[in-house]
Amino acid sequence: MLFSFKTRPKNSFFRTNRRAFLKWSAVAGTSLLGENNLFSGVFKPYFPEENKTGEEKIIRTGCPAHNCGGRCLLKVHVKDGLITRIETDDRPGDDISDPQLRACIRGRAYRKRQYHPGRLKYPLLRTGKRGEGGFKRISWDEAYEIMYREISGVIKKYGNSAIFIPYGTGSYTNTNGRWPAVRLMNLLGGSLGYYNSYSWACTNIATPYVYGTLNTGNQRQDWVNSKYIIMWGWNPAEMKDGTNSDYFIRKARENGAKTVCIDPRQSMSAVALADEWIPIRPGTDAAMMSAMAYVIITEKLTDNDFIKRCCSGYDDSQMPAGCENEESYKDYILGSRDGVPKTPEWAERITAVPSTVIACIAREYATRKPAILYQGYGMQRRAFGEQTVRAGAALAAITGNIGIPGGWASGLGSQAGGEPFWSVFPAGENPVKARIPVFLWTEAIIRGKEMGTAEGIKGADKLDNNIKLIWCVASNILINQHSNINRTAEILRDESLVEFIAVQDNFLTPSAMFADLVLPACTQFETWGVEDGWKFGEEVFLTPKIVDPPFETKSDYRICADLSRKFGVWEQFTAGGKDEKAWAEWIIDEIYRKTRFPEMPAFSELEKSNAGVYVKPVKDPVIAFSDFRNNPEKYPLKTPTGRIELFSKPLFDMNRPDEIPAVPKYVQEWESPFGKEAGKYPLQAIGHHYMPRVHSTHFNNEWTTEAFPQLVFMNKADADARKIRNGDFVKVWNDRGALVAKCRITSGIMPGVIDIPQGAWYKPGKDGIDTGGNINMLTTERWTALAKGNPQHTIMVQVEKYNN
Amino acid sequence: MPEYAFFINSSVCSGCKTCQIACKDKNELSKGINWRRVYEIEGGNWKEENGVFTSLPFSYFISLSCQNCANPECVKACPTTAMHVNANGIVVIDHELCIGCKYCAWACPYGAPRYDPLKKVMTKCNLCEDYITKGLKPSCVASCPMRALDFGTYNEITAKYGSGENVFPLPDPGTCEPRIVIKPHKDYLKPCKEHAYVTENEYN
Repeated sequence: MLFSFKTRPKNSFFRTNRRAFLKWSAVAGTSLLGENNLFSGVFKPYFPEENKTGEEKIIRTGCPAHNCGGRCLLKVHVKDGLITRIETDDRPGDDISDPQLRACIRGRAYRKRQYHPGRLKYPLLRTGKRGEGGFKRISWDEAYEIMYREISGVIKKYGNSAIFIPYGTGSYTNTNGRWPAVRLMNLLGGSLGYYNSYSWACTNIATPYVYGTLNTGNQRQDWVNSKYIIMWGWNPAEMKDGTNSDYFIRKARENGAKTVCIDPRQSMSAVALADEWIPIRPGTDAAMMSAMAYVIITEKLTDNDFIKRCCSGYDDSQMPAGCENEESYKDYILGSRDGVPKTPEWAERITAVPSTVIACIAREYATRKPAILYQGYGMQRRAFGEQTVRAGAALAAITGNIGIPGGWASGLGSQAGGEPFWSVFPAGENPVKARIPVFLWTEAIIRGKEMGTAEGIKGADKLDNNIKLIWCVASNILINQHSNINRTAEILRDESLVEFIAVQDNFLTPSAMFADLVLPACTQFETWGVEDGWKFGEEVFLTPKIVDPPFETKSDYRICADLSRKFGVWEQFTAGGKDEKAWAEWIIDEIYRKTRFPEMPAFSELEKSNAGVYVKPVKDPVIAFSDFRNNPEKYPLKTPTGRIELFSKPLFDMNRPDEIPAVPKYVQEWESPFGKEAGKYPLQAIGHHYMPRVHSTHFNNEWTTEAFPQLVFMNKADADARKIRNGDFVKVWNDRGALVAKCRITSGIMPGVIDIPQGAWYKPGKDGIDTGGNINMLTTERWTALAKGNPQHTIMVQVEKYNN
Repeated sequence: MPEYAFFINSSVCSGCKTCQIACKDKNELSKGINWRRVYEIEGGNWKEENGVFTSLPFSYFISLSCQNCANPECVKACPTTAMHVNANGIVVIDHELCIGCKYCAWACPYGAPRYDPLKKVMTKCNLCEDYITKGLKPSCVASCPMRALDFGTYNEITAKYGSGENVFPLPDPGTCEPRIVIKPHKDYLKPCKEHAYVTENEYN
């Protein structure tokens, strides 16, 4: 029999795992959720009598939008008010200009989220201490009264800037998500603002220093024109960086492109999309990039005409005024100032990539043109992520792979010719002008009044308040997704710091466990909304309400609208009485049709057609920077020199050359295998975006987690050294905290590195060790130098077999 | 009687398991019962010399459900004739007759029949008979984000894709004449039996 597996290692870990699992079940028997019937038990959806027609309807809609990076089309079967089946896009054609938007495992398994017994059903008020997880059911009237009292109280006592609506991407359909809450607060005098994100803080800030824009990407249909594609830390098959990005790479390969994946992990993209996988030590990408530049420069493979016409700061012939004698990009690469030529041999010791391989990749990238160097975002969620972004862009610049079909400028990569709108729900203007870097919200709780421009505050010289009230909508950032959970939990537990926390969600998430008041939101299937293509994509989805919100759940918009009555601003908040459907209509007819997609059908037609999506086919993909390349004088970039800045004077003027060099440099990370911390914590830990979930969404989905359980992935060499066998439970820890999870020994990760997929739900045991496997037990709250971004993949840890 | 067949393009399969979930959703399969399964085959040794890695491992995925064999072992093994080939040429189970003895699961070299502990009967992929008789593709095939799966009659599939390769860890195809065509991944020749891990969902 095939799957009796004589081929497996002697100690079949299937059996081992089963024993370990049973043991583990006993340990973890006391669930934090308890057996409280407010949350558990059989989920009985609400069936209005008029819905019991017995007929099956098929409704086409956008896949519930979280922050996965894709936007796909679902065909949802509905019978008697219940979703009975979920299929995907079956539009005929499937041409590359308008390919089917096929949903992945997360969308196809949605019924297990939609009808999960743990769905929040009623408003809940905390009973015990904050964070303990004790709640009692209250009415909506009581909940609104509490919200009114707390918000008014904090405004009166401290002012609006003491109120914070955190970053959150759990719901993304305009009417569902955080934007209605922002709109309401803006009508009440505003709340503390933020900028940047947890996804791409470093590239968001660093890319414009090079290009003066974030729209550095060609439209994806152009990828088939490329001859060589480097997927650097980029894993579109798993994280979806745009629906069909993986499929477009397949098409490019069929068209003759060679593909290389550079990643510490043999990711799903490395397996399915790459001709070669090159493992690299995490956090050393800029070293390999610099060594590639060394090969390209010394072997005279640079595009000298492009450099001369379009770049600034490449060598001493093109340094910006006032910096004529400073170190140019070429100076750094050749080591003419620091005495360290950035040779492949130099990089080999840092990156663990053989020097011959580095040289080979450099030559191929510079000669098999047009070529794409596509940077994923994981490598910029690191201590010096800004440098990696700029080093990659520099390679594109010196080889002239910019502004041409089949090339790619690197950087953030929003598409030229029209980036998506993300959310267009009119939140209004925030009367509070101060904005914090989003990653620093815990700082703003403990010492907001001390924070100023040095901490990245924008819109004001300093903050006039600490955060005193948090209203967290569709977000698990409070505990689960922010760095250093033990620290965050301690801050949130102190009721003298944040005086009131409201969490609005579908489930009692780890963040909701720290709420004083929990408000039950409905899912996107249960209200009207609009989605557009994530980073890429020429799509707009209409997401109709296809089943009723169960129990006492309401849309995020409805909750805010009801609350607006308490404050006497209902008329303004609802713009004269708009419901969710009216907003969806307004968004399509007044925003999309009047700006980006004038040719798309009106809301009423879209609704009637049951198409679910409007797509503008891309037959002639837009190429970023093509005008600039052809005529840089006429179409200068929005940088100080109007050129691609390999040397940045604004960065030079910051006068922090060790952390923010004016040319992109490899900087050893603050936690690294080369530092003394490696003695105690010798392994690097990364937390990749995992197939079964979108960040922390779907962690409780039994179908997706059956297919992809939470695991610690580890190389056999590291496991053998610790006497860890496949399927053992392991403890992973550093000075900040510890977690326990099952270990998967794999040859698909390089020695010295472990992977703990991010987004697992924090579930502390009595000893404070997380049994959910959440990597943020180990991550640091320290922020990056330039972007003030999250460095959540820069961590050193130790691992041992867990015997309890 | 048509001879239906699946085509599996392992060379572009990312192992995302969307096919498996699409199948579960259509067929209401509870946790633990997977009519379609994506197997991960991986292994290979790392060599480290002076801090540099010079030897690389292999990895690929194979998605399998029922191969709708021409000479199905499961049918032969069934003591009650519950497992049979129906009028559309599909190997199916008559649940009136099935006693849940699991002989079919033991006989099938691909592990296609799956026991349902609640219903106490065997269950298996029926090629989405309700869809294919309407001219639609089976749910798994229509789901694949990489377009790595296809379905048709065996003649259609072999005409389009050739006869494929018998990829590790599939058994010798001679015994039951499976109607499946696999386009192998570039790594498929690398694994040897001593060194390959093959995982299904059981590492749960």
